[in-house]
Amino acid sequence: MSNLIYYFKQSSKQFWRNKAMGFTSLLAITAMMLILGMFFVVSVNINLFTEVVKQDFDYVEYYLEDDVSKAEAEKIIDKIEKNDGIKSTEYRTKEDALRIMKQRWGKNGYLLDNLDKNPLPNSILISVENNKIAERLTEKADEIKGVEDVKYYKETVEKLTRATEFIQLSAMIIMIFLIVVSVIVVANTIKLTVFNRAKEISIMRYVGATSWFIRGPFIVEGALIGIVSSLIAAGLTWLIYDKVESIIGEEVIIILSSPLVPAGYMVWNLLIIFMAIGVSVGVCGSIISMRKFLDK
Amino acid sequence: MIKFENVTKYYGDNVGLENVSISIDKGDFVFLVGPSGAGKSTFIKLILKEINADAGSILVNGTEVTKLKNHEVPKLRQSIGIVFQDFRLLPRKTVYENVAFAMEIFRCSTSQIRKRVPQVLEIVGIGNKANKYPDELSAGEQQRVAIARAIINNPKLLIADEPTGNLDPETAWDIMDILEGINESGTTIVMVTHSKNIVDQMEKRVVAIENGKIVRDDVGIYGYDESCETCKIGAFDENE
Repeated sequence: MSNLIYYFKQSSKQFWRNKAMGFTSLLAITAMMLILGMFFVVSVNINLFTEVVKQDFDYVEYYLEDDVSKAEAEKIIDKIEKNDGIKSTEYRTKEDALRIMKQRWGKNGYLLDNLDKNPLPNSILISVENNKIAERLTEKADEIKGVEDVKYYKETVEKLTRATEFIQLSAMIIMIFLIVVSVIVVANTIKLTVFNRAKEISIMRYVGATSWFIRGPFIVEGALIGIVSSLIAAGLTWLIYDKVESIIGEEVIIILSSPLVPAGYMVWNLLIIFMAIGVSVGVCGSIISMRKFLDK
Repeated sequence: MIKFENVTKYYGDNVGLENVSISIDKGDFVFLVGPSGAGKSTFIKLILKEINADAGSILVNGTEVTKLKNHEVPKLRQSIGIVFQDFRLLPRKTVYENVAFAMEIFRCSTSQIRKRVPQVLEIVGIGNKANKYPDELSAGEQQRVAIARAIINNPKLLIADEPTGNLDPETAWDIMDILEGINESGTTIVMVTHSKNIVDQMEKRVVAIENGKIVRDDVGIYGYDESCETCKIGAFDENE
């Protein structure tokens, strides 16, 4: 424990007296993490969007003509439920539909307040077990009296899912690439730092310092740089994301029917990820770059 | 304190030490003299296990150095104080921290360090420079810091590798006074030097090494021609 305090004291002093080097590493890691953070943010949002869209369109919706009463709708539901492969059905009134739409539009929901007449139809939501049944239901819709139109987007959704999966995979590859690059950059920066202090290290060895005693402050310094960088990077990402969310968040909801991931939730996860990456990059960087100077 | 028995060290085809046997007792003050490249530094490096002997036995303070494992080397060095010609202070640490560092290695408590460091700085005569950085000090003052660092843990053995080599004669004598004081308090000192003046006036045991062999071991004089020494000064490299 007293050793840890010693390392901590030494490394903060070391960092301060060796500002230029320390800040270089700090900047390098922070920059890497910022880019990483942007990819992460975009990737998480695409993920959420896909999920929302999947949920939203994973059913067949029968739009009913306006003169179809609730009792008649029940009859249609009974008829539908006689088919195989129906998971559940739900009657949605036009009032409910409007309420849901309003909710989704959020702050801009007031735009729907002044309508003379609710333009949305009553509808029946049918969730099905698979595509084939959905297709059959779609075809059958014409034959059912009182059904005005039918909505089924599964195929489109699947195409969208495939597209987003591809985007996610690319983002993942780029992220891994970035992590590797940042490890290399950091290891080299620390190596430069260590190289700068090669003479000091040899002096410490003469005085009788053990390898771990010499290594300790450097490792703590690496970890500290990692922690500080992750704080800065997470803070900046949060600021930027929060701004973006407040400017276009509502518009995104209206256009894509999907909300953005809340900034608060995002920033905590990012911070944890950044910390983990930052500290391990810093510590590994120190150990790797000091090996040459300590193994004899 | 130090006992070499038939110690041999070659660097490739070049001889470092050849079949050297010598015994240095506790409390001795020994000058190690000889031309550059004769084997003085090899002798020192073997004591510190900076290099390994090809053959023979080296006892330092009762420990068989040749059999030490790498991870045991720090322990050996902690028991020996070392002073170099080029001081080798940590440039980013203050005088106080440079000296305290040697105690931190020993895992001494902060209160012990706070008490002991000023005492030792006082002994070597730089009690008022504790918060300076090495590059703010004169050469003589830097060497005093190095000596303070070397003796802070009360080592039984102090090795000084040309401690006056970078100092003007007057400062060199100040340093010698400090070293003599340390020796009188019971610490064994082995000092490598090229200074005829110092060796002749101190009248201590003198061990001369040439071509890897001990050619003389008696009390008294430097034994090399002064003019010859001066002609060689340019050739004295740090790592000799």
